[in-house]
Amino acid sequence: MSGGLDMSFRLARRGFALEVSQNLPDSGLTAIFGPSGAGKSTLLRAIAGFEPTGGRISFGDQIWEDGSRFMAPHLRRVGYVFQEPRLFAHLDVAGNLAFAARRAGALADLAPVAERFGLGTLLRQRPHQLSGGEAQRVALARAVLARPRLLLMDEPLSALDAARRSEILPLIEALRDKEGMAILYVSHALSEVVRLAGHVLTLVGGRVAGFGPTAEVLANAGDAFGGVDAACLIEAIHAGDAPDGLSRLTFAGGTVLVPKLDLAEGAPVRLLVQARDVMIALTPPAEMSALNVLPVTVTAITALGPADCDVRLDCAGWILRARITRRSVKALALREGVACHAVLKSVALARG
Amino acid sequence: MSPADLQSLWLTLRLAALVTALLLVIATPLAWWLAHSRARLVPVAEALTALPLVLPPTVLGFYLLVTFAPTAPLGGFWLRLTGHSLGFSFEGLVVASLLYSLPFAVQPLQSAFALMGRAPMEAAASLGAPPWDAFLSVAMPLSLRGYLTAGVLTFAHTMGEFGVVLMVGGNIPGRTRVISVALYEEVERLDYGAAHRLAALLLLLSFVVLLGLYTLNARTGRQGGR
Repeated sequence: MSGGLDMSFRLARRGFALEVSQNLPDSGLTAIFGPSGAGKSTLLRAIAGFEPTGGRISFGDQIWEDGSRFMAPHLRRVGYVFQEPRLFAHLDVAGNLAFAARRAGALADLAPVAERFGLGTLLRQRPHQLSGGEAQRVALARAVLARPRLLLMDEPLSALDAARRSEILPLIEALRDKEGMAILYVSHALSEVVRLAGHVLTLVGGRVAGFGPTAEVLANAGDAFGGVDAACLIEAIHAGDAPDGLSRLTFAGGTVLVPKLDLAEGAPVRLLVQARDVMIALTPPAEMSALNVLPVTVTAITALGPADCDVRLDCAGWILRARITRRSVKALALREGVACHAVLKSVALARG
Repeated sequence: MSPADLQSLWLTLRLAALVTALLLVIATPLAWWLAHSRARLVPVAEALTALPLVLPPTVLGFYLLVTFAPTAPLGGFWLRLTGHSLGFSFEGLVVASLLYSLPFAVQPLQSAFALMGRAPMEAAASLGAPPWDAFLSVAMPLSLRGYLTAGVLTFAHTMGEFGVVLMVGGNIPGRTRVISVALYEEVERLDYGAAHRLAALLLLLSFVVLLGLYTLNARTGRQGGR
């Protein structure tokens, strides 16, 4: 038996079938990514045991489902943070937290966890008195207090505004890094995936379209990838600040300058580079405002529609993609193996 | 009020309380199943449960009378078990009322469970609560208004029962003569003074019980909790 979360099933619903044969890691955060209607939530529900599949699901050395056997959801120790908080309306915040802690024999954890999630002053509030962000923080703390072996999160931030999201994202990162909790995270927001995920499973139309380390999946994703524009991920290191208010980020392919980061030197930083923000120049461009120019080699050119091309570029092992016109490809005589320069018009940061 | 009237009142209250307690227990699994099952049998069960709402009480009473007869299986079983017949007994009234008031217990619970949906039970399961635990600690408290409505309606409806009682229970003081039957008796005897007292009592009791229910409902509604 392979470790991790091992699944092989076909789940048919009216007008929809989810078919998955996949092994997922039992540590770190794996994003489940794809357009709406791809079956992301259904996959989580099957793993939690809310939708019997009739197939096979195992976690570590424990069989959750196979032909004859079915382990009830409450025995799987799978935490679930839903899109809506699903707090128990008849209990206050402390009661909701205690519900989980008591059943996990972890009442002693309640106070420190409440503190960590910033709930100290909310303990006597009723769920309907909480804001959306507060309620989702309670839901997250409650799921953690149940001491799950695997935490499922179904677009937990989708109902929140940007400010509330930025409060909760660090909490999720802390769960991933400090507690080493295995997390499956459904999202259709590329920025969240890039920031949080070590691995990505892409689902399209109820089938697995790709799986692997985040940078690799992004680089290899076809144009249909989750209905978002092509982009690439680079993992760099913060290499210090320049005197003119910029930070230097280095990786094998070179150095990228970004607006000053509030990070220690040596901290890892994830960069998201959209294909439409990459231009190609044959010689290192001079007299240009763009700061970030990286030497690259063309590895593949794919036509996209009548006018555009997707050009894959190798940058010392990291993959970049450029969305340029066919006319430009012809004018520059680009083909596989040509050495050129990638000009990054903009770089988005996804701290990780 | 005469001692006979007081006896009828006491009997009525005892019957209504016992039937309400039993029905809340019986109706819970039935309402849960009706609210959550996708079985093809559900509409059949729903129709059967709702029958007492539309059936003339005398029809139900007649069939029960036949079932209670010592020659019928249930009546015979009861006779062997207890030594007396089910018809014209307090126990017979209880059994009849359980059927007669069933929809008043099932329907509020069913809509409360359906309104709650599966979400809270799934959340409870994901936090390690087994199904019975989740039901007692999440589903029941969240359906409190449904239980309140079911309890009050069942109690009030059982208290006002007449046709079924007359068919299966007759009019035996202290055993089967409930207030509504006593009232009928007073009218038959043209004692309108006694009839007025009983009628006013039943009217007042029913009103107070319903007023209590709607006041509580309005209050829990304003608190925002389901």
